[in-house]
Amino acid sequence: MSPEGLRATGGRAPDVFREGGWIPMRQYGLDEEVDFLIIGTGAGGGTLAGKLAEHGFSVVAMDAGPYFRPLEDFASDETEQGKLYWQDKRICTGENPLQMGGKNSGKAVGGSMVHFAMVSLRFRPEWFKSRSLLGYGADWPLDWREMWGYYRQAEQALSISGPVTYPWGPKRPRYPYRAHEINAAGKLLAKGAEALGIKWTETPLATVSAPRGEAPPCVYRGFCRFGCSTNAKQSTLNTWIPRAIKAGAEIRDLAMAGRIEVDAADRVTGVQFYRDGAWHFQKARNVVVAGYAVETPRLLLNSATQRHPQGLANSSGLVGKYLMSQSNQAVFGRMQEEVRWYKGPPSLTLTEHWNYEDKKDFFGGYCWMAQGPLPIEWAFIQTGARGLWGEALRQEMMQYNHQVGLKMVGETLPDARNSVTLADETDQYGLKIPRISFSWGENDKALIQHAIGQMTRSMEAIGAEDIFAQTEDANHLAGTARMGFTPQDSVVNADCRSWDIPNLWICDGSVFPTTGGVNPSLTIQAIALRTADRIKAMAQRGEL
Amino acid sequence: MNERFPGYDVLNKRAGLSWNNATRAAVDARLAVSREPRFFDAPSFAVLERLCARIIPQPKDRPPVPVAALIDAKMRRAGEIGTRVEPMPWDGEAWTRALAGLEQEARNRHGAGFAALNDISADALLHAMQDGTCDGPHWDQIPPKLFFAKRLLPDIVEAYYSHPTAWSEIGFGGPASPRGYVRMEADRKDPWEAAEAKPGEEARALRHNRHVA
Repeated sequence: MSPEGLRATGGRAPDVFREGGWIPMRQYGLDEEVDFLIIGTGAGGGTLAGKLAEHGFSVVAMDAGPYFRPLEDFASDETEQGKLYWQDKRICTGENPLQMGGKNSGKAVGGSMVHFAMVSLRFRPEWFKSRSLLGYGADWPLDWREMWGYYRQAEQALSISGPVTYPWGPKRPRYPYRAHEINAAGKLLAKGAEALGIKWTETPLATVSAPRGEAPPCVYRGFCRFGCSTNAKQSTLNTWIPRAIKAGAEIRDLAMAGRIEVDAADRVTGVQFYRDGAWHFQKARNVVVAGYAVETPRLLLNSATQRHPQGLANSSGLVGKYLMSQSNQAVFGRMQEEVRWYKGPPSLTLTEHWNYEDKKDFFGGYCWMAQGPLPIEWAFIQTGARGLWGEALRQEMMQYNHQVGLKMVGETLPDARNSVTLADETDQYGLKIPRISFSWGENDKALIQHAIGQMTRSMEAIGAEDIFAQTEDANHLAGTARMGFTPQDSVVNADCRSWDIPNLWICDGSVFPTTGGVNPSLTIQAIALRTADRIKAMAQRGEL
Repeated sequence: MNERFPGYDVLNKRAGLSWNNATRAAVDARLAVSREPRFFDAPSFAVLERLCARIIPQPKDRPPVPVAALIDAKMRRAGEIGTRVEPMPWDGEAWTRALAGLEQEARNRHGAGFAALNDISADALLHAMQDGTCDGPHWDQIPPKLFFAKRLLPDIVEAYYSHPTAWSEIGFGGPASPRGYVRMEADRKDPWEAAEAKPGEEARALRHNRHVA
């Protein structure tokens, strides 16, 4: 069930650790000019809200989605948990239209981290300078050594369970919690990697392997990507959001931002938002947009004025440009033994070999992970990748407990063709809906082909039968408000601060100039933690 | 019909540790979905029912899955949500147009409605739709190949595999909260998981599956 109405109101917010429970929450009046008004409470906005509040700033963070209590609201059900996704109207186009939904969106307090697969990986250091060091994409205005420290902070904040030593990249400390037991699907990845002579490891995961505070250890129920009903998963919802509230922040659920207002001096003054049946205006000294790679550019474009006819923060013309997804192709096969891949977190093992090996005839890298699709997703793969239906589909589905697979997370290059723009149609709030255009480039296709070939070899090496590739799938988003070095080459600077409007900030995956070959959530959190520290430092120097 | 998991019924776990209240409420509502169409008109719904039966044949010895009714319910909620892949219209309109196109295609080819076609003719028509080889003014507003891949197959299998009958049929553990799983190794199962009827082990599997709770 979804909450019928507002929960974060009347001086209290839901206690995510107790059925029907509440925690006290400070609230701000609409006329109170808060230090930071944050739009979006996911990996970027939720983390930033917590850290800024702990730094002593007054913070209101709003989310368009409901405020769930996992213990009472989350079913073990693929369909019901669609309530966690952003399902509002969107138009998808391009040569490879993106499938919008669970893999790339969230509409809930906590954002898409409420249903993310918990895979928490660091970038390869060179990716922060991929143009200078590797010859493709764009450089980031960030230094990997500084990011290494923020990655560590993010890993500690979520008590990541992972291996004692990580096989790739510069030395890092052991993960805060021990790695999880590996299920049969994860062991088959390891067996394949060893046969190929490449390294593998236990995946660093944001679900605890031992109790932590009020969170119990993971019970391997396998519905991770549909919301964790036990709170073992460490998401924004049960980590940073409670911390933010405890430090004095207000969270507003079911609050849809429609427009950021700007004054004649080109400073933002606050945000028009829809909540509880009416439009309101919240005053703020600073506004942070953290709606991810579709809703962030949409809001900036929908906030156009006569002085900012291209939308806010868009003098570069780059808002909505260079949308990236990640390639998420897979290879599946069938084993003699029963694998029962529905048990445990879906990606308990991975190999990042091809992220760190540069002897390739294309740019960028990729990793691959063990898989555990639940029945509906598995049926989508059978129909989508193989076009099966009828008795052939039914017979294939009966093999469910014997299936095994590997799925890549691959880097796509920033490409000016891929974009988020506004369509003429409007949504239920009367706001123009986004048109999302996406096509694979030639380099992306070469990378995907390489990955499918390597994953196929791994599947053959473990003796899988009836091997087939899922050649069309994409997941995480990035880009559309890239960070950079000058007002001409980017939308924000290294501090996530808009070049055009100094009290407008963007803090989510849309600031990525390149996307790397690993899941983005840990990098988004690390950027948010760094941004909070930078804001604190700038405030102390009177530079806000 | 050959049963791979004889006697296994995910619903036997409904009152136990594997189902929480939120799951019970969600699945109960699905099982109680209205069998009468409210989005589609009766002739379109008859086409849809026949279509669903061809796309995913159902086991004869388990409670039937009301696939068409579940799609009707989904389309009732589709007014304000969904992704539209250009050049397709929004979901509800896409389904209405596609069912009309399918019906017209059947009449053009066989002089009879789709619901009245025999299995071979119906399947041949669906293959033509999947391959994009059907043509004519009745497909002007809805590209058959794209609709088949992006809406028809996903919507039908999503409805079917959202049902406990389908979970039991494929030996899926089903809902798992608060109780998850303990035995993670290959060829190991917890007592609350389905046993597969491997050759010679049918009776043992049946005995095990009757006690799953």
